[in-house]
Amino acid sequence: MRGVLKNVALTAGFGGVLALCISLATAQSPPSERKSGFEFMSPESQATQQDDFSNPGMLWVAEGEAVWNAKAGVLGRSCAECHGDASVSMKGVAARYPVYFAESGRPIDLQSRINVCRKTNQNATPFPLEGRDLLALSSFIGKQSRGMPITTGEDNRLEPFRARGQELYEQRQGQLNFSCANCHDDNWGRRLASSMIPQSHPTGYPLYRLEWQGMGSLQRRLRNCMTGVRAEPYPYGSQEYVELELFLMTRAKGMPLETPAVRP
Amino acid sequence: MARALINVPAKAKRGDIIEIKALISHPMETGYRTGPDGALVPRDIINRFICTYNGEEIFSADLFPAIAANPFLSFTTTATESGRIAFRWIDDRGQAYLETAEIAVE
Repeated sequence: MRGVLKNVALTAGFGGVLALCISLATAQSPPSERKSGFEFMSPESQATQQDDFSNPGMLWVAEGEAVWNAKAGVLGRSCAECHGDASVSMKGVAARYPVYFAESGRPIDLQSRINVCRKTNQNATPFPLEGRDLLALSSFIGKQSRGMPITTGEDNRLEPFRARGQELYEQRQGQLNFSCANCHDDNWGRRLASSMIPQSHPTGYPLYRLEWQGMGSLQRRLRNCMTGVRAEPYPYGSQEYVELELFLMTRAKGMPLETPAVRP
Repeated sequence: MARALINVPAKAKRGDIIEIKALISHPMETGYRTGPDGALVPRDIINRFICTYNGEEIFSADLFPAIAANPFLSFTTTATESGRIAFRWIDDRGQAYLETAEIAVE
């Protein structure tokens, strides 16, 4: 019961779709079993995330809005010229990524999708992955879905890729020979050295990590964990990360998106 | 590109204590870290913050290398009259970033 109440308070805190989230969460698994990383944080870090004037991720959102409106490429066209008002056209978009991208026959994450649009429709050079502009723009797009339930994985064509992501999640790797599941499924809520182990629901990416003193994507976070178990991380943009993200986002389906979140 | 987010209530009653929040995007490079080439990355921090209310200083702070990137400051003042609250951050390169907000006091 305590877990349920906490979830209600959390959802209300995000200012959205209270009833919807509760019913979705109940349909999937008891809410007490799935927790956002937000719930594992100190009250101070939670307060930092919840106030838009203290959440440093909002700096990237503001920059992203400028990128959204900036003319780019040979055609001198901005995102806004085609997509219009982001609060309408981008509402719910980040909550369903990664999506199936028919042109490549694979799932694609939001950052790569932005770059496809930039290349084909703006005739501009794609942004470097994990660069400031791309993080800013994806934070701005992500924020348009804040509070909305995650809907990733509804397309059946994604299933084989999601299954591959799950295999990666459960596969032991690195010199320490740990899988993601060893910590995040079997030992969540306990500590790894001084750090709390969360359940690895990627509900707030891109997010501001205090340790990074900056914004980062889920891929950056996955690289951190891989380095942690002494495995060699995949390069940014690799298919493995997209499959892992697809699996994790599908696993977090129904939980509210928190972008831009704050994490320790 | 520095970008700041400030929060000043648009309206207040005379005598009210108001909270002001100022968040700025800045790397706050300590000068103690080394880059990929092994050489020290030169120090680049915001070392001074000043807030004025209709020209009069109401809050200022000296900042040091132990302060994290994207410094966030929050403080209070008494709403005395309508006017402009101005914010100024100065970094090691002597660059100043300015922001202003208007407040209406009834």
